[in-house]
Formats: sequence, C-alpha cells, structure tokens
Amino acid sequence: MSEQSLKQDIGTEYALELRGVTKQFGALNALTDITMSIRPGERRAVLGSNGAGKTTLFNCITGDFPPTSGSVMFFGEDVTAFPAHERIRRGLRRTYQISLLFDGLTVRDNVYLACRGVSRGRFSMRRANGDDALMHAAENLIDIVHLDDVREATVSDLSYGQQRQLEIALALAGAPRLVLLDEPAAGLSPSERKDLVSILGRLPTHMGYVIIEHDMDVALRVADRVTMMHNGKIFKDGAPEEIENDPEVQALYLGGGHD
Amino acid sequence: MAQSETVSATDATKARKSELGRKLATVPANVWFVAIILLLVPTFTGDFVQYQVFGWSFVLGLISLSLMFLAGYGGMVSLVQMTVAAVAGYCVAIFGTSGVAEISMGWPWYLSVIAAILIATLFCVATGALAVRTEGIYTIMITLAIASAFFYFTRQNYTIFNGFTGFNGVLPPHLFGIDWRSPTAFYYLSLFWAAAGYFAVVYVSRTPFGLALQGVRDNPRRMAALGYSVNAHRIAAYAFAGVLAAVGGILLTWSNGQISPGTAAVGPVIDILVIAVIGGINTPIGPFIGALIYVVLRTYALDFLVALNLSGERFKLLVGLGFLIIVYWSPDGVCGLWNKFAPKLRLKRKENASTEGKTDV
Ligand SMILES: Nc1ncnc2c1ncn2[C@@H]1O[C@H](COP(=O)(O)OP(=O)(O)OP(=O)(O)O)[C@@H](O)[C@H]1O
Ligand SMILES: [Mg+2]
Repeated sequence: MSEQSLKQDIGTEYALELRGVTKQFGALNALTDITMSIRPGERRAVLGSNGAGKTTLFNCITGDFPPTSGSVMFFGEDVTAFPAHERIRRGLRRTYQISLLFDGLTVRDNVYLACRGVSRGRFSMRRANGDDALMHAAENLIDIVHLDDVREATVSDLSYGQQRQLEIALALAGAPRLVLLDEPAAGLSPSERKDLVSILGRLPTHMGYVIIEHDMDVALRVADRVTMMHNGKIFKDGAPEEIENDPEVQALYLGGGHD
Repeated sequence: MAQSETVSATDATKARKSELGRKLATVPANVWFVAIILLLVPTFTGDFVQYQVFGWSFVLGLISLSLMFLAGYGGMVSLVQMTVAAVAGYCVAIFGTSGVAEISMGWPWYLSVIAAILIATLFCVATGALAVRTEGIYTIMITLAIASAFFYFTRQNYTIFNGFTGFNGVLPPHLFGIDWRSPTAFYYLSLFWAAAGYFAVVYVSRTPFGLALQGVRDNPRRMAALGYSVNAHRIAAYAFAGVLAAVGGILLTWSNGQISPGTAAVGPVIDILVIAVIGGINTPIGPFIGALIYVVLRTYALDFLVALNLSGERFKLLVGLGFLIIVYWSPDGVCGLWNKFAPKLRLKRKENASTEGKTDV
C-alpha cells in the first residue's frame, strides 16, 4: 500500500534502471550486460573485489563516459545519451574513489561551487555576498559533514579523512535524489568510519544512495540491499543477511581479491 | 507593508554605499600609488611617451589581458585574440568612416563601435566553440590556424577588407570637442579602458562565473559531476575575452589611424602571447607589465641597436632573448619574479629593522 502511494508520488517505479549496460575498454569487458534497478529512497551497497567493475558502473551511470551498449534510465527518463551535467541537474550525484576536489580553494568555496552547479546563476557575474542563499546552503552542508572547524581551510591542508568528508558534501549539494558513493570509507580510521555511518544514517529518507564498500561490516550497516559484483557481472543480489550468509559470496570474499 | 519595503530598500542602498566605502578603504596603498602616478604621467612626459609608449602599452595590454583571462583562469591558450581585435578594427573602418570611401558605410561612430564589439565578440565565441573541444597544444594550433586564415583572407579580399592596403583614416570621434587622438587625450582614453578591463577581470575572477571557470580549468570532470556544462563555461569565457579584445582592437585602430592585414599577421598574433608570458599570464596585471616592457624594447632598442651599428630589425632578437630569460627564470613572468623576490626583500627590511636579540626563526 505505502509502496503503491510512493510509486504514484514519484510517478515512476525506479530511481535508476540499468538495462544491459556493457562497457568495453579495448578487448577488456569491464562490464557485461548489467541489468539492475534501484527504487527511490533505496540504500544499496555494491560489493566486489578489485577490478570487479564497480567504479566503471558508476562512470556509466553518471555519464563520465558512455556505456558501450545498454541504457540508463533515471526516474523513468532515458539519460543514456545525456552528458554528465544534465544527469546531475536531474538529481543524480556522485563521489569519487580518488578525491577530485579543488585543492587551491577553501572548503567553503568548494561546497559553494557544488551548490551553484545545481542551481541557477552558474554564469552569474555578481559576487556572492554573506546573505546569499547558496552560501547558507553551503555552510549547512559543511555542518552536516562535520567540517565546521575547517570551513576556511584550503583543501590541500585538510587531512585525508576530511577530504573524504568534503567529497560527500559536494555530492549532497542541492536536492539529490540518488547519490553514488564510491568507497567513501576507504582509508578512514575506525572513528571516522563511525562518523560516516552516522552521516549516512541521518540523510533524509527520500534520498537514496548506492555505496561501494569493501568492508562488509560497514556495507551491511548502511544498506538495505546488497549487490555483489564479480568480473564485470552481477554475481549476487539480495538482502544484507542473505548475502552475508551466502556460501558462494563467502567463498569469493575470503578466496580472492579482498584486501 | 509597502512602507517597510521602501525602508528596507533605502537601508539596502545605504548598506551598499557603506560597503563601497569600506571596499575603497581596503584598496591597498600601492594600488592608490600606481593609480595616482598613472594619472599624473602626462604632467611630466612628452607627447611621444604618452602616445607611443603608454598609450600603445595600455592597448596591447588590454588585448593581451583577454588572452590572460582565457589562459590564466580558463586554461585555454588562444592565439586568436589579436585577430578578434583586428575584426573589431575592421568593423569600425567598414561601418564607420575611413579614407576608403567606396567601402566605408559612414555610420555614426557609436553605431559602428557597438557593431564592432558585437561582431568581434561573436567571432571570438565562434572560434571558442571550435576550440573548446580541444586541449593544450591543439587549442593553440586551431586558434593559430584561424588567425592565419583571417590574415590571408583579409589580404586577398578587396570587396570588404580592401586587401593588402586595408583602411587608413580610421579616426576616433571628436567627442566633447576633444581630439581623442591627440597624445594626452588618447593617453587617458586608453588608460581608462585598460583600467576598466583590468578591474573587470579582477572582479569577474571572484564571481560564480569566474570561480567556476577556474574550476573547469583545474578539474573539468568534477565540474561536470557538479552540474556545470564545461564547454558552455569555456565558450562564455571566450565571449568575455572577446569584448576585452574588441575594445582593445578599436583603440588600436584609432591610435594607428589605420587597419590592415598586417595588424593581425602571425607575428603580432604571437606577440600578444609573448607579452602575456613576459608580464605573467596568471595575473591580470601581467599583460600590462609585459606590454610596457615590449613597447619600451620595441621603441628604444631600435636606437640602441642602431647606435651599436646593428640593424634595427634586431629588436625582435632582444624581445626574444628577454622572453627566453624570463620564461627560464620565472614561468609566471615578471609578476612571478616580483612575487618571488618581494617577500624576501620585505623580510630583509624587517630583519634589519628588528633588534638583534631576536634569533628565533
Ligand atoms: N578508463 C579506463 N581505461 C581502461 N581500463 C579501465 C578504465 N577504467 C577501468 N578500467 C578497467 O576496468 C576494470 C574495472 O575497473 P573498475 O575501476 O571499475 O574496478 P573497481 O571494481 O572499481 O575496482 P576497485 O575496487 O579497485 O576500485 C579493471 O580491469 C580496470 O583496469
Ligand atoms: Mg573502484
């Protein structure tokens, strides 16, 4: 019943639908015929060993590069041929596995740029002043990711963990409908991981995300469904407990690739 | 309700005014110093220095500033900026009045100036639209190709561009009863537009558009992932740079009194890059410093070389040598040198001033 009404509210069943997405790099099949769908507000973890194709999957979804074949639907709209920025303006967001930040700018300017990118006035020739609504939004995001102590700091002066948090802030700008998080927890200390889990837990419930995560413990805590990838294919798909207890997954995870 | 709105509106203007006052107060002393010196130059220099040295430097600096904006903030080295300036120059000659009455259409000066800026900017945008899909060396190549195509086209086309001879007698209007081509008047005219261009670039660099442009330069992939159209931003930068170059081109044409294919031959086209690099291609003041150095070398090296019994043409050798030395010692040009050594000088002064007891560093 509630699912039905949700469907009607949004007018579409899925936030994201991939149909037969394939990506080849020369002779290498990085992704082979990936078909999956994610409901609005869903929290999905993607697991898989190194080179399984997880980041490539994100790149195809966001349009960083196009898939070799297959299609990507975002809230019922076929965005396969759209450039990245058009997808972002429709509510898709992402973080990068290797931080892609503006090293010379302050934390605030980084987040401000992100807020500007998904609003009007990208070409504005008027300087932002203190009571700019977007500046407020930026300050707010800085608080959400717990960077309030370093808002004036230049990115190159931040610690690794802080840079990862800033990555997340950039992906939360505007009104995201689906956020793709590429290994946000990698390289974080245990306390930083806890922080991350709490940041994710406090996101509004209508905001879905897909999180790539090597650490089963983190993945199982922040997701309500898990997709396991292997060699560019979907290997298993299910509820966290199912995946955790699946003998094949266990064999794969203990056997290879996980480091 | 309406009253409270008007009250808040006057409050806002008041706030804006006091903000302006505060901003003026924060302008550093050396900027005031330079501004006052520049305003006073005509009181202690002759016609030649005002017109041939400073006037020319301001104009070349302005054209070079348009390249600095694209290269420094946008990461796009466009060699088409002198051509954009020449397009504007040709437009004032063709739409306005010149010695070639068969072609010139005799529009009033303000119409021909507006048309010139519009058309030159469109030309710059069109070039940009072609160039933004390329990176690095390919941007240089495609813009150089367009520049030389324009040069050869104007040289061969007689119906519009009057071929090899171009247009002479292209003069500024006698506005307010002033002959704007007289040395002192032209000095202030070109100073005004150079300063306007400089402050416009400084201002724009901190606006959302300017910040995003620098984001596109440093990290285009991330900018796309933040919702920015990378190409649209780059093309918009060409539009802004086009206006700067167009204004510079009109002033250049007025100061020479003529425009011909040679104005935007490959040599001058590359000189604009050399000027920006010598001065510093990452800061808006760089092109003006570079232009002054270029003009001084060009003007006085000739006499110097002739005195040494060398051909005057060799001044290019001097410019080239200067270019080499500066690029070798400081990729950020003269401004880079300044940034490198000024803090040290200041430090020394402080050290000298401080008592000997302080040994902690
Ligand atoms: N731009 C590219 N050009 C060529 N090959 C690529 C490119 N990007 C990824 N690959 C290859 O595609 C395969 C999948 O890479 P991908 O980065 O998607 O893996 P991943 O699952 O994210 O791994 P990791 O856990 O190490 O991040 C790898 O073999 C990789 O070498
Ligand atoms: Mg990856």
